[in-house]
Amino acid sequence: MMEHLTKENFDEKVLNSKGVVMVDFFSPKCVPCMALMPDVEKLADEKSDVATFFAFDTTGNMRMAMKQKVMGIPAYLFYKDGEKVASLDKDILEEKGMAAVTDKLEELTV
Amino acid sequence: MSELYDLLIIGAGPGGLSAGIYGSRAKLKTAILDKNAEPGGQATTTEELENYPGFFNGSTGPGIMKKFAEHAKTFGTEFLRGTVDEVDFSGPVKKVHTQQGDTYESKVVILSPGANPRKINVKGEAELRGKGVSYCATCDADFFVDLDVVVVGNGDAAIEEAMYLTKFAATVTVIVIHEKGNLDCNKASAEKAMKNPKLKWVWNSTVEEIAGDELVEKVVLKNIDTGELSDLETNGVFVFIGTVPHTDFLKGKVDLDDRGYIITNDMMETNVPGVYGVGDARVKYLRQVVTAASDGAIASSAAEKYLSELETLQNDVLDVSKEKPVLLAFWAPQIQESIDSIAAVDKVVEGKNDQVGLVKLDTYRAKKTATQYKVDQIPTVVLFKDDKDVGRISGADNITPEAVEALLK
Repeated sequence: MMEHLTKENFDEKVLNSKGVVMVDFFSPKCVPCMALMPDVEKLADEKSDVATFFAFDTTGNMRMAMKQKVMGIPAYLFYKDGEKVASLDKDILEEKGMAAVTDKLEELTV
Repeated sequence: MSELYDLLIIGAGPGGLSAGIYGSRAKLKTAILDKNAEPGGQATTTEELENYPGFFNGSTGPGIMKKFAEHAKTFGTEFLRGTVDEVDFSGPVKKVHTQQGDTYESKVVILSPGANPRKINVKGEAELRGKGVSYCATCDADFFVDLDVVVVGNGDAAIEEAMYLTKFAATVTVIVIHEKGNLDCNKASAEKAMKNPKLKWVWNSTVEEIAGDELVEKVVLKNIDTGELSDLETNGVFVFIGTVPHTDFLKGKVDLDDRGYIITNDMMETNVPGVYGVGDARVKYLRQVVTAASDGAIASSAAEKYLSELETLQNDVLDVSKEKPVLLAFWAPQIQESIDSIAAVDKVVEGKNDQVGLVKLDTYRAKKTATQYKVDQIPTVVLFKDDKDVGRISGADNITPEAVEALLK
């Protein structure tokens, strides 16, 4: 299970963290986001040793999302030691599925 | 390797789901393969969907697609996950391979791969995707509460989604390539949109560039009459300028037109027997949920006929012909003389004490078999021995008891 972030603990859990963190920006209303959810949940379990995975529901939290420069979902953002280092958008996620995420994680953890 | 399906449908949009409903309801072993865990295809990215018959008063794309999927599941359609990367339609059993490494086998394949949003292909579009550039109002409208957005396009999707966006954004400006007052969308939507005070219009114009530092800040518009460029500040760009069919994996496998759409006939048949094409990826006049659903129904019902013909031919004619001669009689209930001829054949066969098989086919309902054996006259009697057609008599005048006896010798 991925932990769901709130706007209150986003900074603490993500921006003040060590190591690699991935945040899945989603909304229950976004069908493409929900379509990816089971896969990313599974991946989060398998890769829990290389990165910490969070989900962030953007509903009612737009300002926080926009602060992270997210204005469209699904968007997966990657942070290293609290700093945003990469992101994946709908096109690549739908085309490559979770392979896009594992590729990115490999790139970030070498 | 999977079990053998009767019907394998590639793509779970409205065309594929409708094909699934008809297929599984006809007791065919039916599965739908889709890259997404959530069925519905492009329709799930449209909020306002009020032109599907029977669904109105606030019905949504995701809502209607959920019902389609439930309907298919109720009748027993199986849902499979995978992104198709390779198909082999060369044999009687079709093979479909996925990126995930699975291979599925089916007697019939219905292609319902759908289409993707067309990109404008301008500077900044790819870079600012998800940072203000969007192709999905349901997904992203929430981000633009009290902000300014532009909508590019003027077809049904563009105008309907522009109206939906006015519920969120402070202003919605529609960029239209046509002269003032001309929209490609349906009249009802056009009239409603023209009266909507929150919609602004820029006519005669295209988007030349989308710009911004990390988030969209402006678009550069070009007036197509004067060539003049101007900046328009905005926070979001929603693009609805049609679609491109998702058919790259079908190149060289079925006939496509020069824009990549699948070519089919009225029965949704492609040029490959047992392979059908439905929905937005097909060459057609109107790409809507209702026409995709219609395509799916037609394809499955055509496929059902195709399968039953195949089965009759294999089980009752070809297999039996290895044991004893089989006569395949093509007739038609509308043609009286064919009824008389077949009765004569029936009599001869009866006298053979089960040493000769007889299968009667209504020619108009078994066009595939008739075409396969080049039957151009009704009635025609074709003799099969050892899996092959070895002789025939055509025409009512020629099909006499004596002639049938002679054919059997």
